[in-house]
Amino acid sequence: MGLLYDRDTCTGCMLCPKACNFDAIEKDGDKVKFDLDKCVLCGSCEEVCPVDAIKIERKKIDSAEIAKYKDVWTFCETSDGRLRSVALELVTKGRELADTLGEKLTAVLIGNNIENHAQTLIHHGADRVLVVDAKIFADYTTDAYTIAMTSLIASRKPSVVLYGATNNGRDLAPRIAARLGLGLTADCTGLEIDEARQLIQTRPAFGGNIMAEIISPYTRPQMATVRPNVFKPGEPDSSRPGEIEKVNIEVSPVQVRTRVLEKVSEAVEGMKSVEEADVIVCSGRGIKDPANLELPKQLAKLLDAAIGGSRPIVDLGWLPPSQQVGQSGRTVCPKLYIALGISGQIQHLAGMSSSDFVVAINKDPDAPIFSVADFGIVGDIFTVLPEVIAEVKRVLDSR
Amino acid sequence: MNEETGTLIRDGVPSILNPFDELAVEAAIQLKEKHGGEVTIVTMGPPQAKDALLKALAMGGDKAVHLTDRAFAGADTWATALTLAEYIKTMEFDLVICGKQAIDGDTAQVGPELAELLSVPQICYVRKIDISEDGKQVITHRETDEGYEVVRAKLPVLLTATKGLNEPRLPNIMGIMKAKQKPFEEVNIEKLGTDPDRLGLKGSPTQVRKVFPPEKKKGGIKIDAENPAAAAKQLVEFLTKKGAI
Ligand SMILES: Cc1cc2nc3c(=O)[nH]c(=O)nc-3n(C[C@H](O)[C@H](O)[C@H](O)COP(=O)(O)OP(=O)(O)OC[C@H]3O[C@@H](n4cnc5c(N)ncnc54)[C@H](O)[C@@H]3O)c2cc1C
Repeated sequence: MGLLYDRDTCTGCMLCPKACNFDAIEKDGDKVKFDLDKCVLCGSCEEVCPVDAIKIERKKIDSAEIAKYKDVWTFCETSDGRLRSVALELVTKGRELADTLGEKLTAVLIGNNIENHAQTLIHHGADRVLVVDAKIFADYTTDAYTIAMTSLIASRKPSVVLYGATNNGRDLAPRIAARLGLGLTADCTGLEIDEARQLIQTRPAFGGNIMAEIISPYTRPQMATVRPNVFKPGEPDSSRPGEIEKVNIEVSPVQVRTRVLEKVSEAVEGMKSVEEADVIVCSGRGIKDPANLELPKQLAKLLDAAIGGSRPIVDLGWLPPSQQVGQSGRTVCPKLYIALGISGQIQHLAGMSSSDFVVAINKDPDAPIFSVADFGIVGDIFTVLPEVIAEVKRVLDSR
Repeated sequence: MNEETGTLIRDGVPSILNPFDELAVEAAIQLKEKHGGEVTIVTMGPPQAKDALLKALAMGGDKAVHLTDRAFAGADTWATALTLAEYIKTMEFDLVICGKQAIDGDTAQVGPELAELLSVPQICYVRKIDISEDGKQVITHRETDEGYEVVRAKLPVLLTATKGLNEPRLPNIMGIMKAKQKPFEEVNIEKLGTDPDRLGLKGSPTQVRKVFPPEKKKGGIKIDAENPAAAAKQLVEFLTKKGAI
């Protein structure tokens, strides 16, 4: 590994000294020179150079080099100042991995005015929180966040870095992986440490028909995005000690090549998010007509539940895309999941099978949904559901 | 599946243009129809991937490039992105449009990795693409977990296409006939000129250690709703006992 600088190609534009967060580049006549003792090979200068005069060579590393990488990191995403729930899931899982390795767990928090979340992350298991807080990080942009993460990773050498497999997480992690020449596994649903202290990353492939165990033997850190709502967040412990470290990372506006002009929320008024609800009432093609959604809506209201749908009924426009459960929709893990007229194809199961408790009503006794249901009723939703609604009402009223 | 390497054997498996890539091809053709320019379709894949390229040409692409060689086989997302980048680097382009993800691996990683290796900005999961009047910028609607955001960037840019971007056209007979006459370039490892150790299985930082079928959960109680009211009662009783209600 090393940095190659082609002085003849260099035009002396002086963008790279500004892009360097490690003071490793300085003006040298009308060109620049590098202090390789300070350089951590984060790649920021290579990316900003307009004429490709800087090249970082990355090679497979050997076991002696691998041993230098320590600690588990989690990238904890915020959205408009709010900590995403996947951040707590990552910290809880990260804690487990760090304990197995006998190493520390570091949470990375990037944004603007987000420091207040650091304590929450410590209470959920982080030993240290790195806070990168500046105006330039207020909106998520690939460029600014990549610079922050690569600077931290390259200088501090963690052995594992986990990201939530959200839209932003899946945008960011591969950019970092490519800049640092690292392996990356997408959308993991299982993470373990093996006897060789490697991270075993398990993910579904082929629409959930196959599970694959993936390792990154020659690159460090080992990186994975993790599907939200698969690992459960632990209970917070407000007596847990932890260290909060503010890190200053300079990103100049010229390094951020995309600009967020406007953010539009498509949350439907009065419709609870399926990702955050404790109870979900989910309808499938068996509901037959959008007008019939009144029934599940009544039940949802009684149970303070979110309304969900299988893909066909979302494709038909009966429910907004935000309510689709399954592989190409949202992954959920509520306490109670009620499936109405849903056959239970593998792509649907991929999004809900980790629910605590599953109820299914379907008129086909052989519907695959029954194989994941804790309580199944073989019958017609239009005769059974009104009875269920009446019974729930009766029980709630009697309390 | 190759038991030893855990990679897929794609030999003999027909290749289709995957749905997200169709969106990308359609978007490129629409931009060309509106603003001019040329649409080049590039893929890396086994010989039968030619069918997907021909379909994209039939839809209205101008030329196709097929990166194909034994040495590219078994590539993970990083090695795939590198192979594509090595070729695309040699072209002049304003926009690279990828499908959001493939339908087999569905990692959504190749797009962003390719953008990095090409040193261009990326906007992932776009549902709308506009070019500014001066032709120098792209303005997109990018899907987020909450809805979407309007994102602007100077060209060149890499975009990944998601559902809602457009309705891909079906190639017509004329298009299919013309496709066979359009320029079609095959590029192997020699032509690409990249060190084979950096590509394919050898160049992949991730390795598949094992594949296995997903765990089957066993069902619990299952009752018949001959008497719907009784069944409802039983269910609600059960849920109350479990503390679910
Ligand atoms: C790449 C890919 C991604 C996908 N992603 C998703 C995804 O994210 N989410 C998703 O849901 N699907 C997804 N699918 C589609 C999935 O394969 C199934 O087609 C879909 O889940 C079926 O939806 P369904 O159960 O509502 O409909 P159906 O399979 O048609 O099932 C309807 C069920 O209703 C029952 N029924 C009918 N009438 C009644 C009645 N009166 N009372 C009781 N029961 C009744 C029937 O017995 C049947 O079991 C995906 C597919 C692919 C290929």
